[in-house]
Amino acid sequence: MPSEFMRSFPGGASELQLRPTLWNKLRIDLPLLLLLLAISAYGLAVLYSASGQNNARLLRQCIYFGVAFGGLFFVAQIRVKSILALSPWVYVAGVGLLAMLPLWGVEVNGARRWLDLPGLPRFQPSELMKLAVPLTAAAYLSRGLLPPRVSGLLAALLIIGLPSLLVVMQPDLGTSLLIGVSGLLVIWLAGIQWRHIVAAGALLAAAVWPLWQYVLHDYQRRRILTLFDPDSDRLGAGWNIIQSKTAIGSGGLTGKGWLNGTQSQLDFLPESHTDFIIAVLAEEFGLLGVLTLLILYLLVVMRGAYISIGAKDAFGRLVAGSITFTFFVYVVVNVAMVSGMLPVVGVPLPLVSYGGTSLVTLLAAFGILMSIQSEASPHR
Amino acid sequence: MFKRIELRDTAYERRIFQQRMITSLLIFFLVAATLIFRYVNLQVFQHDRFVTESNRNRIHTLPVAPRRGLVYDRNGKLLAENQPSYSLAVTVERSEDLDELLVDLQQLFDIDSRSITKFRQRLRRRTPYQAVPLKFRLDDDEISRFAVNKYRLDGVEIKAQLVRHYPMGEELGHVIGYVGRINQREQEKLFADNQQRVNYAATEHIGKTGLEHFYEPTLHGTVGSQYVETNAHGRVLRVLQQVNPVPGRDLKLSLDAELQSNVHQLMQGKRGSVVVLEVKTGDVLAMVSTPAFDPNPFVTGISREAYALLRDSIDLPLFNRSLQGQYPPGSTIKPIIALAGLHHNVVTEATTINDPGWYQLPNDPRYHRDWKRGGHGSRVDLFTAIVESCDTYFYDLAFKLGIDRIHSFAADFGLGEKTGIDSSSERSGLLPSRVWKRATRQKPWFPGETLNVGIGQGYMLATPLQLAAATAQLAANGVYRPPRFARASNYLIDRDVRRGNEEYLPAQLAEVKSEYWQSIHRAMRAVMHSRDGTAAAAGRGSSYEMAGKTGTAQVIGIAQGEEYDEEAIAERQRDHALFVGFAPYQSPKVALAVIVENGGSGSSAAAPIARQVFDWVMQHDEGEHNEPAPAKSAMPVYANASTPAIRAMAPQQAIGG
Repeated sequence: MPSEFMRSFPGGASELQLRPTLWNKLRIDLPLLLLLLAISAYGLAVLYSASGQNNARLLRQCIYFGVAFGGLFFVAQIRVKSILALSPWVYVAGVGLLAMLPLWGVEVNGARRWLDLPGLPRFQPSELMKLAVPLTAAAYLSRGLLPPRVSGLLAALLIIGLPSLLVVMQPDLGTSLLIGVSGLLVIWLAGIQWRHIVAAGALLAAAVWPLWQYVLHDYQRRRILTLFDPDSDRLGAGWNIIQSKTAIGSGGLTGKGWLNGTQSQLDFLPESHTDFIIAVLAEEFGLLGVLTLLILYLLVVMRGAYISIGAKDAFGRLVAGSITFTFFVYVVVNVAMVSGMLPVVGVPLPLVSYGGTSLVTLLAAFGILMSIQSEASPHR
Repeated sequence: MFKRIELRDTAYERRIFQQRMITSLLIFFLVAATLIFRYVNLQVFQHDRFVTESNRNRIHTLPVAPRRGLVYDRNGKLLAENQPSYSLAVTVERSEDLDELLVDLQQLFDIDSRSITKFRQRLRRRTPYQAVPLKFRLDDDEISRFAVNKYRLDGVEIKAQLVRHYPMGEELGHVIGYVGRINQREQEKLFADNQQRVNYAATEHIGKTGLEHFYEPTLHGTVGSQYVETNAHGRVLRVLQQVNPVPGRDLKLSLDAELQSNVHQLMQGKRGSVVVLEVKTGDVLAMVSTPAFDPNPFVTGISREAYALLRDSIDLPLFNRSLQGQYPPGSTIKPIIALAGLHHNVVTEATTINDPGWYQLPNDPRYHRDWKRGGHGSRVDLFTAIVESCDTYFYDLAFKLGIDRIHSFAADFGLGEKTGIDSSSERSGLLPSRVWKRATRQKPWFPGETLNVGIGQGYMLATPLQLAAATAQLAANGVYRPPRFARASNYLIDRDVRRGNEEYLPAQLAEVKSEYWQSIHRAMRAVMHSRDGTAAAAGRGSSYEMAGKTGTAQVIGIAQGEEYDEEAIAERQRDHALFVGFAPYQSPKVALAVIVENGGSGSSAAAPIARQVFDWVMQHDEGEHNEPAPAKSAMPVYANASTPAIRAMAPQQAIGG
């Protein structure tokens, strides 16, 4: 009897068969949540070791996790429609805040990235833009027909380019690139034509020299040069890469054991609990530990891809796809940078590196992903 | 005009999106594969290389200094030891505000500003997390003051180390010498030899003078090492493995610390030297040079003022007269000249001369004066000439012998050449010859100069050690036994120290008839024990027999026709008083040389000191005489002839006069 019904109503099966579970009601995607929790737990174990068994730091990171997962639950409750409506306003507010930085930003290590507004905790407006840029780009592009036309493309590029430029001027090259990438991913997924891509590539190649000459700061140039020859500056800029490669390489297949990494425990590894934490993991848990983490990340990406494809409209698809791949770009950039394949830019390892701000942004993005999933079209 | 209506083709959009997603996933899988390959490369293929790198990062080898060998005297008394010493050290990395801390410490431990300056100099040469010493040799009071204030002195600690200490102080300063901090020049020398550089990697002090310098290779030992794990800041966390250093070997000296101490007391207030040798072995029993210095301040660095005081003193306390002082031997050379005369048949015991109080060479108007105005009489034989130290006789004898035969004979007694004693900076003295004069003065030898050599004046110079060694050789019928300080190192291997220093009898001296040796010995005994002997006063009243010869060496030349007037001449221009001798007469045990600078005459200034040394040796010589030895500690008071008991003994003792 039900099979007969289903034959006559294709697509009605899921509607009828799937009774909403508790997680459906909570608008939470359980597989994604479990993967995120698994990586977080793994990350906390590594962080405990990387911070020299510092209980206070571990506790603080746990609190960040609590706040960030709370944020995830909160964002997941927002309907996709509302997210779409809110995006431009968040974007405008974010750009406004970025524009305030040169005047009222708090200067740390020669860069103005933090804003200290009365009544609010100190935060980085650029974190906000990591979400607002792909959202706004997707909102703009999904309004028109896809694939976008040139005029639409240029407008989208402007939406992406303005905040990226503001962040570069802080200066914060790493974050700026990632913001740009998250927006460009939207354009790419929207179905931009290949000839446009080739043209843009050629333009970019032509822009490399002026960028190198006039936009990049001295220390940024040095970082890139150091990548090619770390031994040229063993105790200066090359130190980080040499020490992290030594940590990774000496870990071997199975690692030196938890809390037993000499490079990290004896302070040879700089930034061991923040950007370079994967080196600690590689040293103590070996190649197997690294593979485990990468597989977890890939599973997250695959789940994200599944969600994007199932999204009910273009906005959801573009946003979910961009969030998923941006997440993986973070992973790739960090893992490649620590092992000396990319220049040292300040990109944390998602869910593992110590720090609250980026964690909140990241899990908020996954909250959006879950919101999209909970409103997914049944047709796949 | 129609407005073109655009319709949304959701299926197309969806398809495009799905294509892009698949392309993206493929690209990202490729990227992930690249990353994994990178990590496989680092962690599997280059694993060994990075393990080495990581170990080189954290494991360091620290040298561990060996304990320096100790020095004992012949009876096992400690002469050089290593004492724990505490110094105040600061680790800059662990202190909060260095300037503030230094001000605090300056008040607390009474540190002068020069120490602070020196400390800042040391700071510049430190490695990270190294504790740099600020104040040395803390006393108990300062240590407890540190304990009380420790809580507010971050980065300050008390470091214990072994520091050389010489318990006998200035009594052995010249002999043992001292160690001091390795200076620039020494460091360069050590660095030139790779093995030495490693061995001294942790050593702070090195032997600078005396035995500490000479036996540096023996005393130093072999460096050890510690494999330590350090963190990135260079701080040592734990010791992984340790190779213990091999301590330096202990040195046992032939020296008798008690005799040394007593002789030092006898020479107190005088400038001069006493060297006491054991005839049968060549062992140095005592070697005193006064004024002396305390070697202890040199170990941790003597203050500039204190050093200037020593260096600039006209008494030359840093000058080891026993090894470096070169004096005209004066009449102490006469026994050797006399023996040469007998051996070469220039004179016999029966040969006599007339001594009017002067001597004149044929065809030379110059007068060569005897020390005794009016001379020693008309029939002076060899025996009398030695006993009364008749200069005229020896002018004649020297003239007849000629400089060549004198030189050859005296050279066999080791004069003019270093004895090769186991210590640094010995001088060779001067035994003049025709060749020497031609080479240094570009002039031929004049007969008048031979006369001066015959009475140990003129060009001739000898160190106290040479005189003592020659006297020991005289006592041993010509057998030369090189003088030595060290008996053994680590008590075991006598030969190790003595190798290549075996006794020997020079060929010429082997041919000297034994009756000649005896007649010289008899004459030297009479110097001490006959009524007319120049040292009769010193020899009087002894319970044993001794032999000796006095000497008086001119410091300033006396012009022709002048007389030497002791009173009229300033203290520093008075003659040097000398004495050589051995005892007991029958089987000589010790030989010695005594020199008292500007002491006047050998009989009055040097011989009494020798007598007391002989007395002490005889009293402490249990083995051969079996005399009930009196209290060991006290030096017997010089026996004055006026004591009745001794006077009663005197005639018996005064044999052979």
